Amino acid sequence: MTDQDIRALVAQHLGRIAPEIPFDSIDPSEDLREECDIDSMDFLTLVTALGKDLSLPMPEADYDQMRTLDDLVDYLRRNAA
Amino acid sequence: MSQFIMPSLGADMEDGTLVEQLVAAGDPVHRGDIIAAVETQKGAIEIEVFEDGFLDKWLVPLGTKVPVGTPLAEIRVSDVPDAPQPKDPPPDTPPRELPEPTQPDVPPVPPLEEPTPPPEQPPQAPSELAEVPIRQRVTPAARRRAAQTGFDLASLGTERVITLDDVPQSQSLPRGEPLSAMRQAISAAMTRSKREIPHYYLSDSIDLTAAEDFIAAYNADLPPEARLSIGVLYIRAVALAAQKYPEFNGHFENDQFLPAQAVHLGMAINLRSGGLVAPALHDATTGDLATLMDRLKDLVARVRQGRFRARELSDPTITLTSLGDRGVAGITGVIFPPQVAIVGIGTPAWRATVVDGAVRPCRIAEVTLAADHRVSDGHKGAQFLRHIIKRMQHPEQL
Repeated sequence: MTDQDIRALVAQHLGRIAPEIPFDSIDPSEDLREECDIDSMDFLTLVTALGKDLSLPMPEADYDQMRTLDDLVDYLRRNAA
Repeated sequence: MSQFIMPSLGADMEDGTLVEQLVAAGDPVHRGDIIAAVETQKGAIEIEVFEDGFLDKWLVPLGTKVPVGTPLAEIRVSDVPDAPQPKDPPPDTPPRELPEPTQPDVPPVPPLEEPTPPPEQPPQAPSELAEVPIRQRVTPAARRRAAQTGFDLASLGTERVITLDDVPQSQSLPRGEPLSAMRQAISAAMTRSKREIPHYYLSDSIDLTAAEDFIAAYNADLPPEARLSIGVLYIRAVALAAQKYPEFNGHFENDQFLPAQAVHLGMAINLRSGGLVAPALHDATTGDLATLMDRLKDLVARVRQGRFRARELSDPTITLTSLGDRGVAGITGVIFPPQVAIVGIGTPAWRATVVDGAVRPCRIAEVTLAADHRVSDGHKGAQFLRHIIKRMQHPEQL
């Protein structure tokens, strides 16, 4: 998957969780949860959806590598088959 | 004869404008009757009379701004001719020369062209007066809206009482927008709570190290959809404590407390659109943690889509508000009536803590209880709170 594809996928799921936040307005180098004002339950929803789509286990121990939007996209690209 | 004076409606009030004369000269008045409305910085306020008798004459024309203590009308007190004034005007307010109506039974007619201004009268009073027709009766709410929107009340004539419905709402309200339905609902419940429920508050620290370790170990090899959040441990611990201490679990209605049989735990859930709701997780003491987590996720998802059930809003027997992992140290809740308790759990943080004689880094959160003093006291509240803390030390038993 290309970087663009992954970004589109993240945008799709984030749009469902935080519909009032335009994806373009998210600072990709800032903390994603702060940027989108999402709580741990929302984040679990996001991780669940991305894990299903990309067949990734998304372990909790890796959450630190998903801190910003750039981090998350990078993590998904590296781990997706 | 006594004088009805411009009352002081607060220490900061220096003057007021007579905006309504609700009783005509010659009419009887009774103690407690609303006979006038006065406009102040706080809005139009209705003024009652403190004695029985007849309103002899109005001394101040409508629309006139006068200092506190100025006589507004003369009251002929029943059966007590020339009774003394109930209240002397303040010494800095000299008695004024008044326009003399010749017939006491005719309402005073403010002269339209050339009103004789009282000495203290500000210069804008005559123009205000000109806008207010003779004897126009306007309810305070209508007058308030007209003042806010700039609507000209004179256009409505004097034939009948002007009510709120007669004054069109402004397209752009200058004093902010009305509350949304959500804020109105929160306002109603929280205002009632603060008015009716004598809250007492307790707090303590809770060591969440064991609970977080338990969650991390539980989740380690599970796919995201099967993972637990620490919130389910809070829910279960509070529910078990509420079951053990029934004076925190139930409803206070009609001057009596009705303890609930089951624990339907209200979960305070923040809404992205603003506001919050606290619907029930029914029977929160039953089922395993995985089931409880699924029910919690289902509830949160439905609430955030605005699809919860009426029963979920009316059933909670106690509420839990948790600040999650990105909040602040603590929260002291406001009880949601008719419930009698709310537990608050703050955001855990690393703290140096003495455990078994040694300082260790521990995950510490503040846990609070706000409870209804009509139903329980601090001693029992402390036992309840300590039970939650104790339960959280053994998450595997939840």
